[in-house]
Amino acid sequence: MAEKQSVQIKVNGRQREAMVEPRLLLVHFIRSIPGLTGTHVGCDTTHCGACTVLVDGKTVKSCTLFAVQADGCEVLTVEGLMQDGNLHPLQEGFKEEHGLQCGYCTPGMLMSSYALLRQNPHPSEEEIRWGISGNLCRCTGYQNIVKAVQYAATKMRKGGNDGLSNVA
Amino acid sequence: MIPPAFEYLRPKTIPEAIAFLQQHGDEAKILSGGQSLIPLMKFRLARPAYLIDINRISGLSYIKEEGGYLKIGGLTRESELEHSPLIRSKYPILLDTTRVIADPQVRNMATLAGNLAHGDPANDHPATMLALGAQIVAIGPKGKRVLPVESFFVTLFTTELQHDEIVTEISIPIPPPRSGGAYVKLERKVGDFATAAVAAQLTVDDQGVCQKVGIGLTNVGATPVKASKAEEFLRGKKLNDANIAQAAQLAADEAQPSSDLRGPAEYKKGLVKELTKRALVRAYERSGK
Repeated sequence: MAEKQSVQIKVNGRQREAMVEPRLLLVHFIRSIPGLTGTHVGCDTTHCGACTVLVDGKTVKSCTLFAVQADGCEVLTVEGLMQDGNLHPLQEGFKEEHGLQCGYCTPGMLMSSYALLRQNPHPSEEEIRWGISGNLCRCTGYQNIVKAVQYAATKMRKGGNDGLSNVA
Repeated sequence: MIPPAFEYLRPKTIPEAIAFLQQHGDEAKILSGGQSLIPLMKFRLARPAYLIDINRISGLSYIKEEGGYLKIGGLTRESELEHSPLIRSKYPILLDTTRVIADPQVRNMATLAGNLAHGDPANDHPATMLALGAQIVAIGPKGKRVLPVESFFVTLFTTELQHDEIVTEISIPIPPPRSGGAYVKLERKVGDFATAAVAAQLTVDDQGVCQKVGIGLTNVGATPVKASKAEEFLRGKKLNDANIAQAAQLAADEAQPSSDLRGPAEYKKGLVKELTKRALVRAYERSGK
């Protein structure tokens, strides 16, 4: 057994420190150390994107990264999207436009959409589909997810609130 | 799925990384983007006792033109290639290639160097590098080696790299004026390996006669395939329909696909023919001719 190593990862703005085995995947760190179970393990094979989080501002599949690799980094998970008790415009969009059914893929979809809107606040439908191409949904057929992202983009433009001031 | 236990080492410099590689020999693997290695470990198809994480070594992430070459650093991510203004404006063949690799999250981690060093004939960059005549720069205990891509891929998952060498740069000769390139891939869905794919890079003269040509094939053999006969045929000829069709047939003849869940071998040969045609036509259009 390999020796445990100390890692410090800031998750949703809060510093977390733990002694972990190097083989601990980031997704398991997130779910077990701070106990944030919004990040899902889906396929566990780098396909489905349910485990998508932001590490230093970039989306990654947290089932395909060791926690030790994220030592010293900032992680944003779906729990970090809500601000001051208000749903993020993307979360609101998914609710209003029925962007989910079973909800399993939703945290990953939200994180990929969040990264997309940060890079491109005016995405076309094609760009939205491209932005979520690493996330699989077996319920919606994606139509309402695209609408949900469009809803959020419109709301964030109108509100003057970019909704994108979260950490990471 | 939980990978087997390993010792994690995080060197800050190349010499430190090489020292670790020398110390641990075949038991060590380099962890770069990790988007092939970590899944392999989770499936327990790879069991390195030591992982040497090179991601914190500085100075290995760049895309620049220098001394007649496009130079891409060993830690440059696919997403950096995808969003680079230089790549977007001058190297559409690289943009074609990087955009069809896996998906956005994987491209945020995955590196061009890793895509080559993994030695998987199903990976996309090898064919493009064959078409472009790239060189792979590696540093080991004896210093720097420059490896031409044509002889880099030895066999399945095996390259010319020694276990104590690290890829630090990919350098690509800057194509002369009137050049164009394209990468055309058929995949069943986003993120899948190619059923087959073709990279073509051309330089033509003002009469539309082919001066230089490189053609690489993805996932139709134990290694990435350089379609040398098709290249030889096209050199000195006009890029007309008949010659393109003949080159495409020669490329298909050079492909050695196997039948698998993506289709029978015969179908894949037919596919190589069609994709070669499309890649050559697009490359020719992009040459500005």
